[in-house]
Amino acid sequence: MALSRPAARIDWLKANLFSSWGNTALTLISLAIIWVVVTRFLDWALFSAVFSGDDGAACNKPGAGACWPFIAHKFGLFMYGRYPDAERWRVNLTYLLALAGLVPLMIPRVPGKLWLSVYLLVVFPIVGFVLVTGGLFWLPHVPTELWGGLFLTLVVASVGIAASFPIGILLALGRRSELPIVRWVSIGFIEFVRGVPLVTVLFMASVMLPLFLPPDVTFDKLLRALIGVALFSAAYLAEVIRGGLQAIPRGQYEAADALGLSYPQKMGLIVLPQALKLVIPGIVNSFIALFKDTSLVLIIGLFDLLGIVQQSVSSDVKWFSPQTATTGYFFAGLIFWIFCFSMSRYSAFLEKRLASGDRR
Amino acid sequence: MASTAPKSTRSLASLDWLYDPKTRAIIFQIALLVGVAVLIIEIVLNTAANLRAQNIATGFGFLHKPSGFDISQTLIPYSSTSSYGRVFWVGLTNTLLVALLGIVLATVLGFVIGLARLSANWLVARLATVYVEIVRNVPLLLQLLAWYFTLLISLPSPQADFRLPLGIGVSNRGIYLPAPVWRPGMVAVIVALIAGIAGAVAIGAWARRKRLETGAQVPAFWYGLAAVVVPPLLVFLALGAPMTFEVPKLGRYNFEGGLVLLPELIALLLGLTLYTAAFIAEIVRGGIEAVPRGQKEAARALGLRPWQVQRLVVIPQAMRIIIPPLTNQYLNLTKNSSLAVAIGYPDLVSVFAGTVLNQTNQAVEVILITMGVYLGISLLTALAMNWFNARMALVER
Repeated sequence: MALSRPAARIDWLKANLFSSWGNTALTLISLAIIWVVVTRFLDWALFSAVFSGDDGAACNKPGAGACWPFIAHKFGLFMYGRYPDAERWRVNLTYLLALAGLVPLMIPRVPGKLWLSVYLLVVFPIVGFVLVTGGLFWLPHVPTELWGGLFLTLVVASVGIAASFPIGILLALGRRSELPIVRWVSIGFIEFVRGVPLVTVLFMASVMLPLFLPPDVTFDKLLRALIGVALFSAAYLAEVIRGGLQAIPRGQYEAADALGLSYPQKMGLIVLPQALKLVIPGIVNSFIALFKDTSLVLIIGLFDLLGIVQQSVSSDVKWFSPQTATTGYFFAGLIFWIFCFSMSRYSAFLEKRLASGDRR
Repeated sequence: MASTAPKSTRSLASLDWLYDPKTRAIIFQIALLVGVAVLIIEIVLNTAANLRAQNIATGFGFLHKPSGFDISQTLIPYSSTSSYGRVFWVGLTNTLLVALLGIVLATVLGFVIGLARLSANWLVARLATVYVEIVRNVPLLLQLLAWYFTLLISLPSPQADFRLPLGIGVSNRGIYLPAPVWRPGMVAVIVALIAGIAGAVAIGAWARRKRLETGAQVPAFWYGLAAVVVPPLLVFLALGAPMTFEVPKLGRYNFEGGLVLLPELIALLLGLTLYTAAFIAEIVRGGIEAVPRGQKEAARALGLRPWQVQRLVVIPQAMRIIIPPLTNQYLNLTKNSSLAVAIGYPDLVSVFAGTVLNQTNQAVEVILITMGVYLGISLLTALAMNWFNARMALVER
């Protein structure tokens, strides 16, 4: 590397940080910002932080930093909600089963993507549902009111994206259809959902959905939220997939027609496989957005990661201290950030890989 | 054998219409239409039955009933004896206020950060990248709650009588700005200001014509600025400063008088601005990077100075790429302002889809009106965008 020689290093500094008076001023201002932020953060998170204690009194000292024992004591709650302690292995096992399918699927070199997808989209949901809900075999039933924390966040986000996927494909195909009624119904749905905030969709799902159904049909709160989230996400996913459909050259459609393939064959065998591959980064980005949006379910009274942190910092008297809330928000933010940032890196990696495939 | 063959062709022929793509298209669409219609009828019937069973009123008559609750921030006259319909307008104006302020602030900050990401200064570019990567990967709702909490605990209580210059009172009940008090002569100042703006426009047109005819450069910007600032200032001074400011005074429990910015409004603005700015920064960066390098090199080769290269060549081309996704972010910000409900800023969703819905139980009407408002804003923006795109599209010669 060029930076190995001291002279080159000085050249680099000169060119990139001190090339002019204005540039030097910017560099110094930036250094000052970094210094203030980093020292204050380290002081808060480490040097002045409280690391042990059994309640808020330990953190209730003047000038104290982060209240880490709060996180330590509530860790189980933040991860699983009120899911019974003795049954939490079932959630962990479900995570393992999901990872067993996801990890090989995410590594481009591993073969058998089709089977992995079938496992993830058909086998895993059934096994996972039985495992976390229970009530079958010897597994005790765990009602969804007890679900919460990061577990609920992951459930809402992954069920949301999985359920919205087929709807999104249908809507995208419908929007590109030559049949006017199909096209207008699809456009109407997509533009309606994209035009309103998720909060109102969730309100609609939680307040209006029960009114829409016959009186003897009742849904639990989680299922209503899931329906709202899935319909919301489907409209956005449809637009991502439509981008992929539009990127497929006309010749592909015409060649499929010339071979005498029917519409489902043409789309299922020729167009969609190519289009979906193109939009994988876009789908990952939709998933990131959905993962962040999941936190909105706290507004309709579900306790996802943010919801349960918010509830703990605002109403747990035992842990009351000036830094409890800040510590809780920081912790929740860190978890969300780790998930979203790693997914966005993965999406960028896929994009690069697709682009290099084009160049060849 | 010979006798069966024609028979089978005939039976196939009689089914031919079923294999005709046109017939199929019609059948399929009719089926879809019937399906949607049945679904809608089913929903309407079920809803009507449920509402009757639960004794919930229907119709929009509730909009005329008195609301009976107070709202912490109202831009239009309102009291607890006002109607639910009035609550709707209060909520809508509050939503529009936070959306407009947020859009302006997020645009400014987003452009600054986007340009910082492209800075030749390595440290500045890195700092901007870190900002973007942190802010856009944390849910907005979390950021809002954290800002709101931080404001409430870090601002002093009103009793501390903490003041910024100009008598601005800062407390955890809100920031109290001096309110302008207008006296009669102010109308003349406004007239002078409008005349000044018209003059500036005329100067701009004159400078442009002169440049096109003779090639001479006129410092039109400075002339225009003078035309906007000087006349109103002179009138203002000539009439003996017909406007004063009412500085907020410390009352028994809180500041009194002046313009108040509620902590909820500040937290919502902070959260929306910082979050949306991260996305706008990426759009700005992408737009500027998308301008081909050759354009900049050609501009330099023509002898333009660096700032002229940016202003006359790079930015106009980048704007064509930037504006459509930028509009999308404006819409997102407007829709995200509905998260106000979580921190208690009285926006449309919070006071109308929240409080009014809970008091009247008329979920269907209230939610439909609320969704209709956001949908209307989105559609209007989309129409404006299409018009703009058609105007800005590259004219191929």
